[in-house]
Amino acid sequence: MITMRNITKSYHMGENVVHALRGLDLEVREGEFLAIMGPSGSGKSTLMNILGCLDTPDSGTYLLGGEDVSQLTDDDQARIRGRRVGFVFQQFNLLPRTPALKQVALPLMYAGLTREERMRRARAALERVGLGDRTDHRPDELSGGQQQRVAIARALVNEPNIILADEPTGALDTHTGEEILALFEELNEQGITVIVITHDPDVAARAGRVVWIRDGLVDHSRDGATALVARVGNPPLTTEEGGIPSRATTKGGAS
Amino acid sequence: MNLSESLLTALDSLRSNKLRAALTMLGVIIGVAAVIALLSIGNGVTASINDEINAIGTNLIVITTNADNSDGYPTLTLADVVALSDPSRVPAVADVAASVGAGFAVTAGGNSTRTSVEGVTDNYFRVNNLEEVAGGGLLTENDVDTRARVAVIGDGVAEDLFPDSYPVGQSIKINGASYEVVGVLAPSGSAFSDTDSSVFVPISTAQARLVTNRTRQGEKPVSAILAQAANADVNEAALEQIAEVLREEHGIAYAAEDDFQLLSQADLLDTAGQITGTLTAFLGAIAGISLLVGGIGIMNIMLVSVTERTREIGIRKAVGALRRDILTQFLLESVVLSLIGGIAGIILGWIIATIAGRAIDLAAPLDVGTVVLATGFATAVGLVFGIYPAWRAAGLRPIEALRYE
Repeated sequence: MITMRNITKSYHMGENVVHALRGLDLEVREGEFLAIMGPSGSGKSTLMNILGCLDTPDSGTYLLGGEDVSQLTDDDQARIRGRRVGFVFQQFNLLPRTPALKQVALPLMYAGLTREERMRRARAALERVGLGDRTDHRPDELSGGQQQRVAIARALVNEPNIILADEPTGALDTHTGEEILALFEELNEQGITVIVITHDPDVAARAGRVVWIRDGLVDHSRDGATALVARVGNPPLTTEEGGIPSRATTKGGAS
Repeated sequence: MNLSESLLTALDSLRSNKLRAALTMLGVIIGVAAVIALLSIGNGVTASINDEINAIGTNLIVITTNADNSDGYPTLTLADVVALSDPSRVPAVADVAASVGAGFAVTAGGNSTRTSVEGVTDNYFRVNNLEEVAGGGLLTENDVDTRARVAVIGDGVAEDLFPDSYPVGQSIKINGASYEVVGVLAPSGSAFSDTDSSVFVPISTAQARLVTNRTRQGEKPVSAILAQAANADVNEAALEQIAEVLREEHGIAYAAEDDFQLLSQADLLDTAGQITGTLTAFLGAIAGISLLVGGIGIMNIMLVSVTERTREIGIRKAVGALRRDILTQFLLESVVLSLIGGIAGIILGWIIATIAGRAIDLAAPLDVGTVVLATGFATAVGLVFGIYPAWRAAGLRPIEALRYE
């Protein structure tokens, strides 16, 4: 589904050049539930931007669903996003004052579907996330968890190759976060590839595989459940850097 | 994404902030209303001036001395009037009248007024469309033939001299001699002629008693000859025939300049057209400036809107909106704003023009051309001033737009 080879990306921050990614390789199989973890400044956000075709790498190849998307124009990137990627953000990123059904139908509008088809598919997507009875509700009439479900429905509606979730439970309480993660698991069981970017080991623990990013490279990758087996049952950790297992402990605890 | 989808999206956005949309429109509403009102009033003024010129008398040609070419002497005489009255020489002319005038103090009883005293031929009133009287009658052929000391006075003169009594039959004094008032003209109300404040006496009487200057040959002059062309089509022919006859009468050599000048009503209409055209252009320019200000208002609000909706733009781009989609959406927002503002402005402008027209007693018609112009102008304002904000919106990078707080 995803093949990244030797991806580099650097930014200019004033006088300094920040090498966010330094030749990263990544492989994601179809139907996987993958968590990407890493401390701030590890290049995790840059990786997510490139994965989601919001940004292009300086060099390297990125194949998404067999298509080389490494170097595209802005509009071609937008077309790929509309067709192959669904985004779920920490802050939900719903349009203000817009009813749920319209929110979910938005990607389909840009994809050029007819109105009837858009409404039909948007309704189906909302039903899939358990909000079939909230189609006319606007964001300010929905709880945080419901808003995130609308966002997930919007990410689903185009039948993308991957759903890319950036700290999807970061703005939710533990219980609601659990429900959202359960929804991701459910969708993943239905065959959708899910990539979650997170600080939270408890979130990562739900993933089939965890990839740690450090200094712009894949540090290592483990089966999620076993990687964090020691943590299961502990009180949930906040999204602070301290929650991320160090190299030594993960090596020691998981192999 | 097609245009109607973009339009619906744009309308949705405008609906979500109605007050701001209304305030933004206000600039365009005022601008377009100003354009409509001022152009309508301009058109009304033009029409009213043309009406007044036409009211002076149709197909009228005014012949006067060419002061640049007469060494200070008047050049026209009653002999010219006789010559021009000969249908075999000037077939295109139907009627010829003449006048000679000077300013005099006119008194009656204890009242006095300084006014223009015109010696006129008896057909002068007919040629000038002055046949309507408020009382009494007009000068007759007999009055002219007998150099009668009779006068027809304008409505204003009558009020000045006879504030409390009926003027007809009373006598007035001009230059020491008394004249009997035989008629009072109906008020003309025209801004272009001063007949209300004139006194008319037979031209023969005026030449005998009031005119002191002489032509170079020592003859008594007339100041103006009024020739009426038979109809509008022969106006040009009449001008040529008159010039030919007068040159012959005055013995002007082949290459020499005319010692008279001709002014036709068509010339007058042309001149008036130029003046009113300038007026209308001036009013239009003022209105255009207010529309420009309205347009800048739209640009201002749209720029604020783009900044405020950065995250929305990021979301749209993240889910697949192309540059073109965002550009169209924002451009349509500003065009819809200015178009709705334009339509409201047309209605408001029409109301203002109607009220103003009533107030200054002027028909201020709303013509289709003005409406089309204003609508087109409003749309253009929306497009021109919407392009930059829309372009800014379309160019936002989705990563930064999504991160924007």
